[in-house]
Amino acid sequence: MRNRMRIVVPLLAVGLAAACSSGGSTPAPQGSQAGSAPAAAPGDGGALPRNETLYTSGTQWGPPANFNPLREWDYATGTEGLVYESLFHFDGNAGKLVPWLAQSGTWVDDKTYELKLRQGVTWSDGKPFTAKDVVFTFELGKMETVPYHNIWEWLEKAEAVDDQTVKFTFSKANYQEWDFQMYSRAIVPQHVWQGRSEQEVLDGKNENPVGTGAYTYKSHDQDRVVWQRRDDWWGKTGLNMEPKPKYIVDIVNSSNEVAMGLLLQKGMDLSNNFLPGAANLVKGNFGITTYYPEPPYMLSANTAFLVLNTTKKPMDDPAFRKALASSIDTKKIVEGVYGNLVKAASPTGLLPQWEQYIDQQVVADKGFSFDTAKAKKLLADAGYKDSDGDGFVENKDGSKIELDIIVPSGWTDWMESIRVIAASAKESGINITPDFPDFNALVDKRSKGDFDMLINNERQLSNTPWTYYDYMFQLPVRKTQNTVNFGRYENKDVWKLIQELDQVKTDDVEGMKQVMSKIQAIHLDEMPIIPLWYNGLWSQVSNASWTNWPSSVGDTPKTPPTMWRNWLELGGFETLTQIKPAS
Amino acid sequence: MRQYFGRKLLVYGLTFFVAVTINWMVPRFMPGDPVSSMVARAGVSNPGAVETMRTYYTNLFGFDQPLWKQYANFWAALFQGDFGISIWVFPTPVSEVIMGAVPYTLGLMIPSVLLSWVVGNWAGAFAARRRLLDNTVLPVGYVLTAMPYMWLAVLLAWGLGVVAGVFPVAGGYSFSLQPSLSVEFVADLLHHWVLPFLSLFLVALGGWAIGMRNMIIYELESDYSNYLSALGAPQRLIRRYAFRNAVLPQITGLALQLGVLVAGALVTEIVFSYPGLGSLILKAIQNQDFFLLQGTFMFIVLGVLIANFIIDIVYVVVDPRTRAGMAGAQA
Repeated sequence: MRNRMRIVVPLLAVGLAAACSSGGSTPAPQGSQAGSAPAAAPGDGGALPRNETLYTSGTQWGPPANFNPLREWDYATGTEGLVYESLFHFDGNAGKLVPWLAQSGTWVDDKTYELKLRQGVTWSDGKPFTAKDVVFTFELGKMETVPYHNIWEWLEKAEAVDDQTVKFTFSKANYQEWDFQMYSRAIVPQHVWQGRSEQEVLDGKNENPVGTGAYTYKSHDQDRVVWQRRDDWWGKTGLNMEPKPKYIVDIVNSSNEVAMGLLLQKGMDLSNNFLPGAANLVKGNFGITTYYPEPPYMLSANTAFLVLNTTKKPMDDPAFRKALASSIDTKKIVEGVYGNLVKAASPTGLLPQWEQYIDQQVVADKGFSFDTAKAKKLLADAGYKDSDGDGFVENKDGSKIELDIIVPSGWTDWMESIRVIAASAKESGINITPDFPDFNALVDKRSKGDFDMLINNERQLSNTPWTYYDYMFQLPVRKTQNTVNFGRYENKDVWKLIQELDQVKTDDVEGMKQVMSKIQAIHLDEMPIIPLWYNGLWSQVSNASWTNWPSSVGDTPKTPPTMWRNWLELGGFETLTQIKPAS
Repeated sequence: MRQYFGRKLLVYGLTFFVAVTINWMVPRFMPGDPVSSMVARAGVSNPGAVETMRTYYTNLFGFDQPLWKQYANFWAALFQGDFGISIWVFPTPVSEVIMGAVPYTLGLMIPSVLLSWVVGNWAGAFAARRRLLDNTVLPVGYVLTAMPYMWLAVLLAWGLGVVAGVFPVAGGYSFSLQPSLSVEFVADLLHHWVLPFLSLFLVALGGWAIGMRNMIIYELESDYSNYLSALGAPQRLIRRYAFRNAVLPQITGLALQLGVLVAGALVTEIVFSYPGLGSLILKAIQNQDFFLLQGTFMFIVLGVLIANFIIDIVYVVVDPRTRAGMAGAQA
């Protein structure tokens, strides 16, 4: 026994030593990482005070790898919005632009736009913000790999008239798209970015970002990024608002379970994750609320479309597409799959925020709804018959119709949804099989046009339905379609109308409605892309540490409670200025 | 002795070569193209920009070169400790990503593997042939070892984390802290470490205890034990000999455990979203990050080889028969 202990004791000691030393050694690499980041102040290793810190999640899916506002798809949450700001914000409730870095923007004539900038705005390094920075930012777009490169197809030049005035001259004035650009583009400082090569602009990490925004970088790690409020932010006097949290910690998503656990432990204040049982969280006594206390619980953020590959048979036939649209039991998806967390979409696909643009007459005439009998009739009328008696219709030439519908593996709500779609289409005699490839494989197939049908919701709410129509119908169709018109639908008439819409001034609501009514008629006649439901602006908030969250009840704020990319400009930032510490 | 280790080293060298080659090949045979999904994720719609980006990234990652050259480059870079640039955390070098995760994984796995081995062996040996203990240790051991460790992890996270609120459910350290060498931070680190550690420790414990108990019983019934007993040797002495013999297979088992320890915590790390290598592997696969995947697998290959080598040495020390065998081979 004593001898046995002789072996056991040293091993135990080794184990404990390993435990302790590994525990102790962990900070070293982390520390060096934080040390390389200049903004991390040494000596304040203490915990962030809970009542001054906002914990958020739901935006970042990988470690915060860069702070480059031009990498719009993977910059660390808050890079644009908290650090870099745009010229305007967009107020979705009022449907208009809110001056931000700009004081005003006016069309002095049909092809000239003049911006007046705010005075007294400074970059976080103390230098003043001027018209040159704005011109510089837009001219960065001349580089081919910059996401807004295409504006230079119709923008002729941008020039700084004086420190506070920028003049834009257009070869073709796309008013709708221009407003979108006005609140989407993050303005970067010329004195820091000047001289960066195209490669640095595209791939640069942009550590220690210098912006005009209300927050500065504090630190980051594999699973978080920490922002600290700037007490000399111009907006305190300029806008008369101040974000309440001194620190914002955005936590990288790992899984829904972890997000749920953190919420329940009161460790997270704002979760923009999709949590399947959110309704139960709200109904239970957990101190967690959503925008609406009743279904659909969430604001609508985007539309989930069924994208049909119109280059393949039989999806190239409008009659077949319309029959398919009528065969889908969307109600079952909304109630069964989502438990009423989402709403069924209008046949036009336009979000509820754009309701005024929907031509109800056109929808009443041409719209579709779930009706198996009608779907069967449409198929029969168009010449799709079940000639071999297997219960499914065949192509007009007698060959079998066997279609696949795909969504990324692991997106459980969508996986259930396409099972419902396949089942309800089968009722009407259309043979559809759900399939769940890996996300990357799906992206690959989607961009090459190597699919039958899929679900996509990549376009978000914006200042104008033009962005939606651009997404549905953009021409020309290229070898790879990365962001728009995945179904490769070619219709020159509708594309011409959409360009026409782009050139309607944004305050001309009647003019917009007129063009859109025509577009809607073609959309509903042709049905190349089928609107299914409105995905929510997933947002579960905990009232333990911060209160006065936006909601539909009482006199709480009505801004969107979210940290999602590009949503801070849509009112997400304003939400931060209105919440209150709980104690 | 030299011959013994020489042969071992040769085998390890060959294994390393084959493992590295397979490691290089596997991600390249995965379906899909990392560059196109990277470009697609960038969401750039301008056709000119798409082509420019594609060419740029293809060159950057060296995918434009012939395969044999990519393979040669891979070896060359490997010896410089360069695993390439991560696609997932672009543009961070893979080695940096891995080094950030390794301490967490080792800090979790080494204590749990070693402690469970020590405690498990001790409990198993102690329980063998003691009816009362045997009746309790054995069923508990079976329950523990049969428990899928992610399930136990979820139970612990739910019970002790969410319901009792004693332990945090996610992360390597509090989201309110920044790494520093303060007491507060280290305490917080340990606080986050307890649950993942416990879930690994408990499951492994059962297996070791059962194994040891069975081995001891086997040894106690063997001829030499009976002989000793017939000679009137005290029970403690017999048990000591039995233990020495019984522990040998357990050491082999430990070697295997140590080898896979780098990857072993994969599911546990995901459950607790613990920022170690396991979480990295999952992300690398999900994002088709060839380079990160290669880097982490490299770590595992090296881990397995080094652990096995150490165990080879330990064997020589603890088992006189190995030494006798080597002497025989030399003669």
